[in-house]
Amino acid sequence: MIQGLLHYEFLQNAFLTGILIGIIAPLLGVFIVVRRLSLIADALSHVTLAGIAASLLLERSVTAFTGLNPIYMGMVFSVGGALFIEKLREVYKSYQELAIPIIMSGGIGLSVIFISLANGFNTDLFSYLFGSVSAVSRTDLFVILAISIVVIVLIRLLYKELFILSFDEEYAKASGIAAKSIHFIFIVMVALVIAASMRIVGILLVSSLMTLPVAASIRIAKGFKQTIFYSILFGEISVLGGLILSFYADLAPGGTIVMLAVLILIFTIIIKKVNIAKNYNIKEEQLGERS
Amino acid sequence: MILKIKASEQMMSSIIEIKQLTYRYDKDTVLENINLSIAEGSFLAIVGPNGSGKSTLLKLILGLLKLQKGEIHLFGQDINKFKDWQRIGYVSQKANSFNTDFPATVFEVAASGLTKRIGMFRRIKKEHEDKVLAALEAVGMKQYQSRNIGELSGGQQQRVFIARALVSEPQLLILDEPTVGVDAENVNAFYQMLDELNKNKGITLMLVTHDIGSISEKVSHVACLNKRLHFHGDSKEFENLRMEDMSKAYGYDMQLLTHHHEYGGR
Repeated sequence: MIQGLLHYEFLQNAFLTGILIGIIAPLLGVFIVVRRLSLIADALSHVTLAGIAASLLLERSVTAFTGLNPIYMGMVFSVGGALFIEKLREVYKSYQELAIPIIMSGGIGLSVIFISLANGFNTDLFSYLFGSVSAVSRTDLFVILAISIVVIVLIRLLYKELFILSFDEEYAKASGIAAKSIHFIFIVMVALVIAASMRIVGILLVSSLMTLPVAASIRIAKGFKQTIFYSILFGEISVLGGLILSFYADLAPGGTIVMLAVLILIFTIIIKKVNIAKNYNIKEEQLGERS
Repeated sequence: MILKIKASEQMMSSIIEIKQLTYRYDKDTVLENINLSIAEGSFLAIVGPNGSGKSTLLKLILGLLKLQKGEIHLFGQDINKFKDWQRIGYVSQKANSFNTDFPATVFEVAASGLTKRIGMFRRIKKEHEDKVLAALEAVGMKQYQSRNIGELSGGQQQRVFIARALVSEPQLLILDEPTVGVDAENVNAFYQMLDELNKNKGITLMLVTHDIGSISEKVSHVACLNKRLHFHGDSKEFENLRMEDMSKAYGYDMQLLTHHHEYGGR
């Protein structure tokens, strides 16, 4: 493996990209999960697929698009979809989750049309659906590196605001936080990270990297910063562990990464159960206080 | 209907001044010709049954709803021009709407009250942390600072939300039904904490509640609201006037009121 890493550029690309995605996907995921927007990642990933299909179609029919990395078109669609979701959430104020199936089915519908226009599936598209380590190019790596830097810097700068918007949106607005612009920046970041992550885990599994590590982390973390820390830790373990395992066992990397994340989640649930059983008496006291 | 406040208090400046305020949702008049002034340093309770317009009044004062008719002055400034919102702390009715599984510590929640003051793109510094700890201390929650907010009881959570409002050192603190979700046996201690904030820290307090049982012994002034303002004045006067004015304000709810009255143990 080490030998391979030193010798093969595609392995280097895959691992470096994996490390970056293992940070940014769970990092944004924490804010998505606590705001109960877990399904947004799914909706946007399907819109991204439409962008990729469009790019592959254009590549075939318009010479100017030959050689253009489909990830760019995927990002354009993803960001567009994100803005559309925001708009829909305003239109359907009391049915905000409705925006997600609308965008999701819209994305799948568009993808299917583009795919059929391009005369059906090819291996290229398949690698976008389920992720493919060998498909990660140097350009992909640099694009993802740029996105990662932007995301990490923005989250650091807007941490307070994002926290308060997630915890208590009404209060945040009442205290004069620029909720709309911050939410806009956030959703654009989510769209970019989704487009960036799909190379490794694939469109169908992108949302798992944003939600599963967070779901595990919430079970055991104390406080918000610790939740972020554990989410990224679990994300990294899943991505790196998954890549190594898939390399040796010749498994699909996307699926292996996701299954590792699921295992970690199950593990944290068990740990929590054990801890609760241990602290039963303390909990009992607290409950008594409450009633 | 303008009620005169005692001479000594007229000397002090009023923090909120409301004149001829009327507010409608479509055709429903929710507030009608409200005149109310709150003097600096007072502890005012606005009481009234459900649907009496209490929340609407709060939202108007907080600038969350736009004025339709009448005037509101905050710290002597017209509310439409008022920018200094940090001088007003607000604690909304949390008990039912709050996501108890949110992974945040007591400290993190209280510190989030400084978000606006610290400003965008800046991070929390040592001096801010000291303020947060002082606020937690003032509400008696300092020892819980690293607990997750969801592990606390309703009354403790409410104290943390008050600390969050206190960190930006407001001169006026507005509380919406603060005792909902506070256990009956802890309500007295809760009011005592508010009283200390009022007396020791000099924070003007305004709270809204539908529980009039024993409110008048806890606060300095009472305003009784049901679309119109039926009584506003000293809480001792309120005791005497209570039955008569309350019946006007509460109307049908008279039965309920007397029940509360006895329940309040007076």
